[in-house]
Amino acid sequence: MMATETKMVSMVVMGESFRVPEGSTIMSALEYSGFQLTTGVGCREGYCGACGTLYREHGDYKLKGGLACQTVVSDGMHIAQIPFVPADKPSYDLEELTPDEDSFKKIYPEIFRCVACNTCTKICPQDIQVMDYIQCIMRGDIATAADLSFDCLRCGLCALRCPAELVQYNAATLARRLYGRYLAKPAVRLDRMVEDIKAGKYDEEIESLKTMEHEELKDRYYKREVRTK
Amino acid sequence: MYPESMQESIRKVEATRAKRVQVAKAGQPIVKPMSDEERQDVLKRFHPDYQDDARRPVRWGPNESEPLTADVADVLETYPRIVPERYDLSNPDFQTDVLIIGAGSAGFSAALLAQQAGVKVTLATKLRLGDANSMMAQGGIQAAVREDDSPAIHYLDVIGGGHFDNKPELVQALVSEAPGAIAWLRQLGVMFDQDDEGKLKTKPGGGTSRPRMLSARDYTGAAICRTLRDEVQNHKDIDVLEHMSAVELIKDTKGAVAGAVFYHLLTREHYTVRAKATILATGGFGRLHIKNFETTNHYGATGDGLVLAYRVGAKLAFMDSVQYHPTGAVFPPQILGFLCTEKLRGMGGQPVNANGDLFVYPLEPRDVESASFIREATERGNGVKTPSGHVGVWLDTPVIEILNGKGAIEKNLPAMLRQYKRFDVDIRTEPIIVYPTLHYQNGGVEIDATTATSVPGLFAAGEVSGGVHGRNRLMGNSQLDIIVFGRRAGMHAAEYAKKTQVGDLTLEHVNQVIETIEALNVPREKISPVMLPDYIPEHVKKRQLDTVRKGNIV
Ligand SMILES: Cc1cc2nc3c(=O)[nH]c(=O)nc-3n(C[C@H](O)[C@H](O)[C@H](O)COP(=O)(O)OP(=O)(O)OC[C@H]3O[C@@H](n4cnc5c(N)ncnc54)[C@H](O)[C@@H]3O)c2cc1C
Ligand code: SF4
Ligand code: SF4
Repeated sequence: MMATETKMVSMVVMGESFRVPEGSTIMSALEYSGFQLTTGVGCREGYCGACGTLYREHGDYKLKGGLACQTVVSDGMHIAQIPFVPADKPSYDLEELTPDEDSFKKIYPEIFRCVACNTCTKICPQDIQVMDYIQCIMRGDIATAADLSFDCLRCGLCALRCPAELVQYNAATLARRLYGRYLAKPAVRLDRMVEDIKAGKYDEEIESLKTMEHEELKDRYYKREVRTK
Repeated sequence: MYPESMQESIRKVEATRAKRVQVAKAGQPIVKPMSDEERQDVLKRFHPDYQDDARRPVRWGPNESEPLTADVADVLETYPRIVPERYDLSNPDFQTDVLIIGAGSAGFSAALLAQQAGVKVTLATKLRLGDANSMMAQGGIQAAVREDDSPAIHYLDVIGGGHFDNKPELVQALVSEAPGAIAWLRQLGVMFDQDDEGKLKTKPGGGTSRPRMLSARDYTGAAICRTLRDEVQNHKDIDVLEHMSAVELIKDTKGAVAGAVFYHLLTREHYTVRAKATILATGGFGRLHIKNFETTNHYGATGDGLVLAYRVGAKLAFMDSVQYHPTGAVFPPQILGFLCTEKLRGMGGQPVNANGDLFVYPLEPRDVESASFIREATERGNGVKTPSGHVGVWLDTPVIEILNGKGAIEKNLPAMLRQYKRFDVDIRTEPIIVYPTLHYQNGGVEIDATTATSVPGLFAAGEVSGGVHGRNRLMGNSQLDIIVFGRRAGMHAAEYAKKTQVGDLTLEHVNQVIETIEALNVPREKISPVMLPDYIPEHVKKRQLDTVRKGNIV
């Protein structure tokens, strides 16, 4: 990949052109150019959604979205970092909600303004079917909305592009929490284990391990049965 | 997508695949796990921690003359960022009962429990809420929930994995509260993977004797962290301060910790927070790039908590060991050092060398697995070279699809699939190249089971703390640690705050640090907390008239 002479390409930041090594991500190109990042940067691996970026590539009218840490610079690319998307986060008590569209009518009534233009889906850097999950919520299909939106990083790009001014990712967060709280199957074994522990079922065994001589503990450890299935 | 130079080795991997799959299907380990002696041997000879220059005695403070990871000793032997006589403490900008520094899942859990206990809570963090290692965990969180598992079996795995150095009472709390922690998270709406009957899905992990890894696809950390963040934001009485990086802890005249001084990353102002109890939840140190390793950690993981705590006199534990994750990405170069989740091996992915041969049990504890990879690529000369000159071993991911059925990767490892697809590698049909990467701070500020440190008023929870995992943490136990001990910290700090009257604030301890560091002849430009790493190239820094700076905002 890296030849002895690194080839350079140009990246345009706020109208100003910077020469950066070919193959750089937008984030490393910014740093290469001398920007010490304090916003628009987080995990740097595509998990936190802090580095949403809008860009246009040379000779292409299309406005695209990506994560700065995951998008490779192309020659002549114009970029604008979107470190924050203005949006309120209302309070709610999950215990008082129901897993259906009524909860959204109360908390995020604006989502019902969706005009099904699909702009959000097109911009999503996670390739999420954003419009579809919003439509699912409107129909009260919380389970599908939770499933479709699972990989959302809350980068906010969908909300920026939405002509109906929705904040899709907030609604998605609520959908997943409602699913996890009310619609996921009961985890039978888990509840029993919690009760057993409360009843002190494992106390004695753990106490004996806690006070066991080092050598004996080691012996127990290396002789323990290992199951992978 | 792999260049021609690597194709020949890929063909060798493909040639041995069918046979390896057969072995795996038999249900036995595909390579025999190592004995104690074999483990010790490979660790001594190949683990970075065991090299001569890995450790050195720190020259001052609570751990004076104890050998610590050299880069950690360096960062402890530095000048503070503020000069006390020039800093006015008399009018605190914020007053609170419990101050929590760091907004990852440990900080969030602490905030929720402290709020529930009825005290005033302030949560301050360096970047945004949730810009944290907590958000990045892919593989899972451990909890004994299977019929054939128990907290006692979990206990033995944890303590053996930690080389028997862990603090027993911390391990006990960790394993005994694991199922309860999962139940709490489910109550808050975290979606864990379940089978058709509702049983939580369990996957094996490195060093575990039962499949015990619970997951939320391969966005486990995100699923937990974003839920906790949402819940914190539901409680408007929790004060949130973002882009506020703690630069020093404050004490009161009685010798207890009583808040912190913060630096605002955007306005460059300093703020004083006065608190009855302070919880450090600042996470780890990956961005110190110890021994120049690449890291999996988030941008703000610069070990600040260690420095803050050390300067007020808190003792550190197990700061002589560093966790390298065996499977950091090596190719393509844009994702160098990024994590390839252990779940890849948990689901059957096999490490093989350049000849396509198996060489290590895939799920040894991380230090042993990492050392084995290094041995294979160095001493044995069976590594795979990339065009940029990096070396690694193969992780044969297509095996996962064969063992678990078509679609298994898309369903269970969407983040991994997406990560590589962005750079034109399809992990369903092509193997990936991996090599150890700097991953986790095994030790930290020593705590007891109530998360209290050795200094009154100061609590610590999560990756910044030390003792839970001894010298080596097993996968899935950190996500568990931050929930269990984050909750404990919130509870105990709140109790402490209720009983506490804060005396007059002072930074006298910082003056003493300055004196001590002067006596050690440390160069003036060495300051910490590091706050953010520095990735600006030298030729640019020269033009910024900034060549002495290393990882600090001036
Ligand atoms: C890529 C990756 C994958 C992982 N996968 C797993 C896994 O599958 N299972 C598992 O159990 N563990 C895993 N881990 C480890 C685990 O996720 C972390 O150890 C854990 O989340 C740490 O949580 P924390 O709350 O202690 O710290 P963090 O989540 O890192 O939070 C610390 C917070 O403190 C802030 N902070 C730091 N310094 C300051 C300061 N000076 N002032 C103010 N704020 C500050 C940071 O910005 C951050 O917000 C993984 C880690 C990484 C990096
Ligand atoms: S759904 Fe919206 S916020 Fe979530 S990842 Fe996609 S564009 Fe970003
Ligand atoms: S962009 Fe807005 S209006 Fe268009 S489909 Fe998405 S949510 Fe609906």
